[in-house]
Amino acid sequence: MAKAEKKEFNFGEFYSKYGIFLIFILMFIIFAVVNHNFLSGMNIRNILRQVVVITLLACGEQFMIICGMIDLGASRVLACAGTLSAYCMLTTHNLFLAIIVALFVGLCFGAFAGFFITKFDIPPFIATLATMMVAEGFIMTFTGGQNYSNLGDAYTFIGQGYIGIIPFPVILMIIILLITYYILSWTPIGRGMYAVGGNQNAAKASGINVGMVKFFAAIYSGLMSACAGIVLMARMNSGQPAAALTYEMDAIAAVVMGGTSMAGGTGTVVNTIIGSLIIGIIRNFMNLQNITASLQKLVLGLLVLLAVIIDTVVRNSRTKG
Amino acid sequence: MAEKKVAIELKNISKSFPGVKALDNVSFTVNEGECHVLVGENGAGKSTLIKCINGMYTADEGEVYVFGEKITTHNPRYMKEKGVATIHQELNPVPDLTIAENIFLGRLPQNKFKMINKKYMFSEAQRLIDELGFKYDAKALMRSLTVSDTQIIEIIKAISVNAKIIIMDEPTSSITEAEVAVLHEQVMRLKKMGIAIIYISHKLDELKVVGDRLTVLRDGHSISSHDINDLTQDEIIAKMVGRKMDNVYPEKTNKVGEPLFEVKDLSGEKFHNVNFTLHKGEILGMAGLVGAGRTETCRGIFGLDPITGGTMLLNGKEVKVSKVKDAIDNGIIYLSEDRKLEGLVLIRSICENIGLPNLKKYKGVFLNKIAERKDAEEMKTKLRIKTPTVDTPAMSLSGGNQQKVVIAKWLCKNCDILIFDEPTRGIDVGAKYEIYKIMIDLAEQGAGVIMISSELPEIIGVCDRTLVMAEGRVTGEVMREDFSQEAIMSFALGGSAANG
Repeated sequence: MAKAEKKEFNFGEFYSKYGIFLIFILMFIIFAVVNHNFLSGMNIRNILRQVVVITLLACGEQFMIICGMIDLGASRVLACAGTLSAYCMLTTHNLFLAIIVALFVGLCFGAFAGFFITKFDIPPFIATLATMMVAEGFIMTFTGGQNYSNLGDAYTFIGQGYIGIIPFPVILMIIILLITYYILSWTPIGRGMYAVGGNQNAAKASGINVGMVKFFAAIYSGLMSACAGIVLMARMNSGQPAAALTYEMDAIAAVVMGGTSMAGGTGTVVNTIIGSLIIGIIRNFMNLQNITASLQKLVLGLLVLLAVIIDTVVRNSRTKG
Repeated sequence: MAEKKVAIELKNISKSFPGVKALDNVSFTVNEGECHVLVGENGAGKSTLIKCINGMYTADEGEVYVFGEKITTHNPRYMKEKGVATIHQELNPVPDLTIAENIFLGRLPQNKFKMINKKYMFSEAQRLIDELGFKYDAKALMRSLTVSDTQIIEIIKAISVNAKIIIMDEPTSSITEAEVAVLHEQVMRLKKMGIAIIYISHKLDELKVVGDRLTVLRDGHSISSHDINDLTQDEIIAKMVGRKMDNVYPEKTNKVGEPLFEVKDLSGEKFHNVNFTLHKGEILGMAGLVGAGRTETCRGIFGLDPITGGTMLLNGKEVKVSKVKDAIDNGIIYLSEDRKLEGLVLIRSICENIGLPNLKKYKGVFLNKIAERKDAEEMKTKLRIKTPTVDTPAMSLSGGNQQKVVIAKWLCKNCDILIFDEPTRGIDVGAKYEIYKIMIDLAEQGAGVIMISSELPEIIGVCDRTLVMAEGRVTGEVMREDFSQEAIMSFALGGSAANG
C-alpha cells in the first residue's frame, strides 16, 4: 500500500481489478487464524469438492449473464439431468450412456429456453422460469419423488474419486473452467457474447448473429447444469430429484460477487472462480464453527449484499472521479 | 443598450479529473435576457463547465455567483431552486405519461390526502401551454411528440419552475431545419422574458441567429468572449481549433467512375420504389427531412430492416440481402446514425470494437488477438483516434473519436460500398473535416460512398451528386454543378406534389 501516497494511484481502479482477490485472501487468512482445522489438507480438499457443483453452474450462469440474460432454471435442470442419468446407470449399468443421457437432457432444456428467448423474444427471466417449472414437474412425475441409490463405483468415482491426492471432480472442474475461459476469451462466439450483452443493437449492426449467440449461451448453461448434476448425484451415490434446490442462486451470487455486472457485457472466468471460492470458504468456515444451516443462509445473503454494495460504491466513485 | 443585471458569473473555475485538467481558470458572465453561446471542440470542457454550473460537479477552484449571490452548496437540487434549469442534449422524457405529468414530474401537485391532484395538474399544465402560445393537449401522451416538441416541453417545464437561467446543450443536434426555426423563436421569446440562456452548439450558422455573446473554450481554457457580431465564422473556427482552418471541406480528389451498385424499385415499410445507381469513386448524398425514409432505405439495403420488394445489383450481378451478414459478405456496409445505440459497445475496449465485424478474419483455434491489436493500432494511427491505448473503453472517448472508431470497424475490411448515416452529427469542426477526408479518400480508392445528411452545407461541400427523398420516395436528383440549398430543399419539401 506504499503506492497510496502517489497521486496517480486510483483506489477505484485498483479495487475493481484486484479487490475480489484481496477480499478472498483476507477472508482466507482470518478463517485460518480463527479455526485451526480450516487449513488442514482434508478441509481444503473438502472445500474444493464442495465448490465444484456451484462453480460448474456458475460457468453456465456467467455466459447467460454476460449476454445480459439469466438462468433461473439451472438447479432444476441439474436435478432432472442428474436423476435421469442415475436412473439410466441403474437400469443399463453403462457409464457412458448415463453421462450421455445427462448431457442430452441438459442440452434439451437449454435449447428449450434458448428457443423461446431467441425466436419469440421472451425475456430470459420468464423463459428460464418456465424451464425450471417444466424440468421440476417432469422429473417429479417421472420418479414420483423417489431416489435412485447405489449407483456403482464407476459412477460414484466422478463425484468421490481421487487421482493422486486431487479429487476427480476438482480435475473435472478445472477442465471445464479452461473450456469456459477458452470460449470467452479466444473464440468469436465469446466476443459475440460480450458484444450482445454490452449493446445488442451494435452487435447486430456489426453482423453478429445475435440469436445464435444467445442460443449458444442457453445451451451451454444447460450443459453445465447437466455436468453439475452428474457430479452431485455421483457424490451422493444417489439420484435425487429434489436435490440442489436453489443452487442457481448460489451460482448467480458467485458470478456477481466475482464482479460480473448483471447488466451484461463484462466479467471474466477468473473472477467467477474467486466468487465461488469465497462462497465456498464462508460456507465451510461456518460448518466448522457449527453454525446452523438456516443461520448460514442469512449470513450469506447479507454478505452477497455487502459485496455488491462495496462494488457499486467503488464503481460510482470511479466514474465520478 | 439598457443596463442589464448579471444573471450568472463564473470566476476562475478549475476542475480536474484523474489525469486530466478539464477546466482551467475559466471565467465568464451571462446577463439577463442574453443568449450566451458556448462553442468549442468536443472535449474542450463545455459539458464539464455546464455541470459545474448546474451543480452536478463541484469545481475544485473558483466561484459561481447567481444574481450576485455566491453559491456555496453544490448540488443539482439546490441550483434548481436558485433558478438554473438544464435542457440536456439527450432528453429523457417518460413516454407513457402525459405531457402534464412530464412537466410536473418530481413535484406532482398533491391534495390533502396526499394523492395526486390530477385536475389541478392538468389545468395548470394546460394554462402554461396556452400562455406560451402552443397547441399541445396536456393530456396527450409524451410518446406522440417529436424530438423538437419534447424540447419545447422541457422549455415549458423550465419556465414552470421559474427558471431564470436556462442551459441548452446542443438543442438543435437532432431536429430538422423547420423545427430549428421553431426552437429559435422560443429562445428569442425567453430572452424577451429576461431569462439568461447558455446555448451550446456545433452548428456555427445558427450562432448569429440566436446568440448575443460568445465564449470559445479550448482544452479547458476560455479563449475569449466576444459580442457575436465581432467575429466571422472563420474566426470562430480558428479560435476553436487553435489554428487557421483554410476550409471546412477538404479538396475533392475522387473521380466518378463506372456504375457499381444499382437499386431497382426497392420497397419496404417506410420507403417505396427507390431507384438509384451508385458509381465507383462517387460520393452520393441522400438529402431530405428527418423521416423522409433515407435511413430506412439504407437499413433495408444493409439487411437491418426487411425489404418487401425490388432488387439490388452489384457490378451487374443481383445480390440478395436478408440479414446483415449477407450485406457484409457482399462488401456493403452501413454506419448507423446513432453511434451509441448501434455503432459501439461502449463498455468494451476500442480494440474489441474495431475487431467486432472482423472476427472471421481472426478466427482460428485461438482468436488471433495479435493480428486484431495490430489492425486496431494501425487504425488508431491512420484515423488519428485520440486515445492513450486501444484498451481504453469506447465510452471514454469524445464524440468525434467514437465516430472514428465506428469507421475503423469497417475499414479493416475491403468494402465496395459504404453508407454513412449522419456521420458528423454532434462532432466538432476539426473532426468533421477528418471524416469528410476519410470519405473522399475511400472514394478515391474506388469505393462507392453514400452519405445521408440533414445538413445541406455538408452535402453540397462533399458530394458529387445527391438524391433527395421525401415521404419514402426519391423526389429528385441534383448534380454537383447544380447544387444549391434551394434546389435541394424544393425537392425535399415537394414530396408528393413532385411525384404525383
